[in-house]
This record gives sequence, structure tokens and C-alpha cells, in this order.
Amino acid sequence: MTIKVLYFASLREEIGRANDQFQFSEEQLLSLDVVQLWQHATGKTSFPEQLLVAINQEYKDQKALINDGDEVAFFPPVTGG
Amino acid sequence: MSSSTAKITTTSVRKIMIVEESFDPLKTQADYQRESMSGKTDYGATANFVGTMRDFNEGDDVLSMTLEHYPAMTSKQLNEIVDQACSKWPIQNTLIVHRVGEIFPAESIVLVSVWSAHRNAAFDGCRYIMEALKHQAPFWKKEALIAGDTRWVAENTKGE
Repeated sequence: MTIKVLYFASLREEIGRANDQFQFSEEQLLSLDVVQLWQHATGKTSFPEQLLVAINQEYKDQKALINDGDEVAFFPPVTGG
Repeated sequence: MSSSTAKITTTSVRKIMIVEESFDPLKTQADYQRESMSGKTDYGATANFVGTMRDFNEGDDVLSMTLEHYPAMTSKQLNEIVDQACSKWPIQNTLIVHRVGEIFPAESIVLVSVWSAHRNAAFDGCRYIMEALKHQAPFWKKEALIAGDTRWVAENTKGE
């Protein structure tokens, strides 16, 4: 059960890498949510208020559950245009 | 066909371009219009918004900017934004061009062009797409200041 995690912009620089790949057991994935994945991936205990999350390129909130094969992206507020 | 009876569709014609080189917004707009609307005579309004890089921000002189994005999500989000606009107004065609990479003052960052039968849909649709792009499309700007340091732009302002 593989989960790909991406980091962008200031968050990528802060963490020091652009992506991670994690293996989870089927049992672990039954209840893995965004906040737990964030803690597992970064070692940080708190979830920044302004942090945005996308699962498979769609915005999700921090309670969303993670499924096998998901691409989960964490990033700061967007500043295009 | 009047605007009140014009068909509103979420599958309207559009083109979304993410470009790494400097572009001429009005030439790009004219070329796309020629390519996609040749022979059409039912559009009466075109609204264009061009965003250009300034040489100042937050009280500091800015030398250049680097724009990063999340490619797979950018095109998905921009398509969803165009779908939303097309569900609200009778839009016939949309063009979005957005720069990424290193960019300098006076260069165009973004072009949003919207074609419709009447001006309300063109103006309102163009503004809607631009505001949604600013707050939903996954682009990030990093500024290089004349003073020598670099910083990420923290967030976009609301509709200024």
C-alpha cells in the first residue's frame, strides 16, 4: 500500500525535499487521515492553520481519509495570477 | 439569441496554456481567436484581463520572480474554474495563459480572455475566472529583491 506525498514552494524548502513515498499496511490505511499522514511525513505535531491539502489533485480538508495509491500534496496558500 | 436564452454549458471551448517563455498577451489572444473562432459570427463581446509583473511589492523593489506550480493539479483546477464560470454565464470560449519559471518586471504573468454574445457574461466571467485562479490554482511566487534577498509571497489579496 503506497502513498506518494508532495511538498511545494516554501514548504518544500522548509522540509528539504519535494516528495516522499510511504508504505502502509492495509490495516493502517483503514483510518489514516490527512493530519496523521502530515505528522508521519514531516514529524511535526501541529497542522499549520493555512496549510492546504490536495488528494489526487483535488482540494480536501484535514479530516479526509487516505486510500492506497493516493497522491497527497501539502502546500502553502497559492499566489498565482 | 439573447443572453437570457443562450445555452449555458460546462463543456464550452477553452484552451489552457502554461508557458515558460515571455509571451505577448494580445498577440496570443488574437492567434487563438483566429484558430478557434474562425467562421463564427455569434460572439459580440470579448473581455481580456492581463496580469503584469510589478517592480515593487510590500514596500520593496523587486528584481525578478520565480513562479512554481503543481502541473497535474494546475490544469485540473483551471478546467474546473472554467466549468464553474460556464455554468454561471453563457460563455462561448475561454483562453487562460499563465507563466511559470523566472519572470521580470513588465512581463505578462497571466492572460484570461472570455468570449460571449454580450458584455455582461464576458466581463463577469473573466473576473470570476481571474479571482478563482488567484485563490485556487496551485501557483506560488518567490520574489528576488533588489536588496539581495529572496522571499515567498505569503498569500494573494482578495479582489484588489
